[in-house]
Amino acid sequence: MTRKVVITGLGATTPIGGDVPTMWNNALKGVSGARTLEDDWVAKYELPVHFAARCSTPALDVLSRVEAKRMDPSTQFGVIAAREAWADSGITEIDQDRLAVAFATGIGGVWTLLDAWDTLKEKGPRRVLPMTVPMLMPNGVAAAVSLDLGARAGAHTPVSACASGTEAMHLGLELIRSGKADVVMCGGAEAAIHPMPLAAFASMQALSRRNDAPERASRPYDTARDGFVMGEGAGALVLEAEEHALARGARIYAELAGTSVTADAYHITAPDPEGLGATRALKAAMFDGRIQPEDVVHVNAHATSTPVGDKPEYTALRAALGTHVDNVAVSATKSQMGHLLGASGAVEAVLTVLAVHERKAPVTINLENQDPEIPLDVVTSARDLPAGNIVALSNSFGFGGHNAVVAIRSV
Amino acid sequence: MASNEEILAGLAEIVNEETGLAPEAVELDKSFTEDLDIDSISMMTIVVNAEEKFGVRIPDEEVKNLKTVGDAVSFIAGAQA
Repeated sequence: MTRKVVITGLGATTPIGGDVPTMWNNALKGVSGARTLEDDWVAKYELPVHFAARCSTPALDVLSRVEAKRMDPSTQFGVIAAREAWADSGITEIDQDRLAVAFATGIGGVWTLLDAWDTLKEKGPRRVLPMTVPMLMPNGVAAAVSLDLGARAGAHTPVSACASGTEAMHLGLELIRSGKADVVMCGGAEAAIHPMPLAAFASMQALSRRNDAPERASRPYDTARDGFVMGEGAGALVLEAEEHALARGARIYAELAGTSVTADAYHITAPDPEGLGATRALKAAMFDGRIQPEDVVHVNAHATSTPVGDKPEYTALRAALGTHVDNVAVSATKSQMGHLLGASGAVEAVLTVLAVHERKAPVTINLENQDPEIPLDVVTSARDLPAGNIVALSNSFGFGGHNAVVAIRSV
Repeated sequence: MASNEEILAGLAEIVNEETGLAPEAVELDKSFTEDLDIDSISMMTIVVNAEEKFGVRIPDEEVKNLKTVGDAVSFIAGAQA
């Protein structure tokens, strides 16, 4: 008998809200978190992209100065989201040897790494801070969350570019099913709004250059989409063995019914145009959760707003769900908050859990002329989801050909 | 040249910045590790910040001898002389 895994706590800090209630309200309203960057480095380095979607609540408004000093910005966001999710779960007592962490990042401590390099060049090795290594290491966020919670059943850091946050959910589910943990703090964190990653993503033509209208730049499925908008932040979810949650009388949001991870083995960055890897991931997650296409009422799509990325996901959805795809309410929430890279899967999982729990699908903004090659039923104003037993899927795909899917079922 | 009082006040500021400890808790007879609960990583940060603030060099091998705040004040005063 496979252990059933449920979700009992949610946390987030994002460009459209510094906590889950604020984010969710905005996600249903349809707002944009993208803004023109006021930093002097935009002009100094002549960056081709002048905007991004920063967290609406700065980390230093939440953490103490001393606490923040020892964390890379990505870890700061992760710890903020994890604390909210932990408090939300209501867990007060736990066997710490049975509590694990699976907290992902796409890039890790890029601010710390590059600041330290600047310091080395400008001031010499003596001024490179002794906290540099633990702050820049990609496992820094998982380690900080583990320390914060006293989680001793392992602290893991799945890294698969923009699929990382969803892969953390996959790992968390496996840890509980296999009996290695009873509770897992899952999530993803990213803070890469730094001139170097902006230059690098722009160099590969991945970013929108709609500098005159940042709020309209992230437009998944629109014919005028021209790239993604860099976002930042973190999402966190408390996964719990059902019997553990029931024993303590926990509020259960939804079941994490199935997950999957596949690899395209097609190209290092380009998605397989036929979406074969994504199709296998969708089918595998549904098989894992014993889900029929007709059970699925909502998809939180990966949909980053790049010209080449949005369509193969549609192809994969049609291949996995068949004609039922026409009945599924699809939300592309990156239209609102940009692309949080390694955190995106975790934040979108939070939104998907809420969609199932509250039975409402969040909004896709900036869809003015829907690409005729992507005839999905896109949610452009908040929509009620049906009563009864429902399932929602959340997709994430990452450079490297990573595909990850989570399936959330109502309880 | 800073007086011992000035060095103590400057160190207290650096310790406060790094750890959040109240500056008045940083007294001459206090041990960095035992009393102020400062770990080795914070200690190295404090040392490097003190070097910059007071214009001295505190060799790595000397740091282990700086057990109390008073030890650090004396070393810095001596190095400035």
